[in-house]
Amino acid sequence: MQLSKLEQKMYDGEMGEGARLSMEILAALGKIYDANRMIPVSSAQIAGVSYKTIGDAGLEYLMHMAKSGAKVRIPSLLNPAGMDMAQWREMKIPEKFAKKQIEVLDAYAAMGITMSCTCTPYLVGLRPKVGEHIAWAESSAIAFANSVLGARTNREGGPSALAAAVCGVTPEYGFHMDENRICDFLVEAEAELKTTADFGAMGYHLGSIVKNGNPAFTGIRNASEDRLKALGAAMAASGSVALFNVQGATPEYTVSEGAQKISFTEKDLKETKAKMNSGENPDLITIGCPHASIGEIKEVADIVEGKKVGCDLWVCTARQTKAVADKKGYTAIIEKAGGRVVADTCMVVCPLEEMGYKVTGCNSGKAAKYLSSLCKQKVMFGNPGDIICK
Amino acid sequence: MQIKGRIIARGKARGKALVCRDAISFLGGIDPKTGTVIEKGHALEGKNVAGTVLVFPTGKGSTVGSYVMLQLKKNGKAPAAIINATAEPIIAVGAIISGIPMLDKPEKDIFSAIKDGANVEVDAEKGIIIL
Repeated sequence: MQLSKLEQKMYDGEMGEGARLSMEILAALGKIYDANRMIPVSSAQIAGVSYKTIGDAGLEYLMHMAKSGAKVRIPSLLNPAGMDMAQWREMKIPEKFAKKQIEVLDAYAAMGITMSCTCTPYLVGLRPKVGEHIAWAESSAIAFANSVLGARTNREGGPSALAAAVCGVTPEYGFHMDENRICDFLVEAEAELKTTADFGAMGYHLGSIVKNGNPAFTGIRNASEDRLKALGAAMAASGSVALFNVQGATPEYTVSEGAQKISFTEKDLKETKAKMNSGENPDLITIGCPHASIGEIKEVADIVEGKKVGCDLWVCTARQTKAVADKKGYTAIIEKAGGRVVADTCMVVCPLEEMGYKVTGCNSGKAAKYLSSLCKQKVMFGNPGDIICK
Repeated sequence: MQIKGRIIARGKARGKALVCRDAISFLGGIDPKTGTVIEKGHALEGKNVAGTVLVFPTGKGSTVGSYVMLQLKKNGKAPAAIINATAEPIIAVGAIISGIPMLDKPEKDIFSAIKDGANVEVDAEKGIIIL
């Protein structure tokens, strides 16, 4: 593993303890994955933000890094936190949890990280170009960046993404290299995919089959960014997919000759949706996994306009996207119907199970997966129009 | 005797060897307050890792395990050093942030070369294990 002069300085501790720790992490990862050198990355997206997922151990690590003087050198955003930083009291987040969550964010802020907590950095201005090297850590953002944007990132963990942010580089291996970006599964989408929820269901089904493989899709005719966002997120949750190609829709489409062929049929779609549904009469409905685009917020506003939602409703999104929704009047419409536009957090990483919710509705394959496991919820899965106001 | 290894986390330390052939998950596998191995059915169940040169094949389990290693260190219950057959990111990151010297890819079979309870020095500045 060759280090440049600057990288060696960091490794030797000449640029402070935070940079030394970070470069030592990157060098160790480089050795483990047989990288020959470091390459510059243009941005980082750092996971390990919700106090629910990292606990006291993770908080201690972040305070340790902040105290070591670690400072980021490239644009760096965060994964969603465990609560909306502005309206956590209205969300009924327990006080004790909130206190710890604020400490987590304070540690990140001390390291110079932008206080933007979202799994969709690409919807709020951090949009790497084809071939651009980045170090992102949230699984759906990784899948979107590699696949839909054609940027290049490995599946970073919290510490490796933070280390890359502090040093501005990452070891060159995995998805940074052409040879690892070839698809080894070829999926024929035979089912008629009508909604974003259908794309989520397809991803839910396929992720568990292809696991950490790279699937390529043919037969998808109505792909939109929102739909590909849902597809990738679900495959990254039920499997650990970090890259997929869609013929005619993604900048890359490279399939290996020996790719394993799979078909996704109308029957698969129906059976998957049935499997994803484990409850009815939800006490909370959640839209925005991954964080809702402005178009998806408008869709909810159109559904609930002039009506009353019979249970709690959260539309989860990035703070910047919420600001747009506020301005366009969508937030007011949703609030008038009894719902809420929630920023900085989501249904998966906030402490739902501590807040008395038992059955949660969603339109996301990823949320369906984690609501039942991480959040101990029964799940009602379907299109926003079918699960809201029903 | 000296055995060469690959440096993962720099530093030098010595201690009594605690050797096992099972992979280790620090999250859920080891109590961060006491250093006792609590994973049911693990080869080291009931043993304590504090101050030892912990010799095991590789890590497993949740990435939060890295942070648990730091908690052990802050509680004074961390291993003095770690030797893995093959390092993976969870243990490597945990060792680095906790300042626990660590080597992997030793040139000899550590499981036969290092006896449980033997005095071992790990020099992860030079990349050698001294028995």
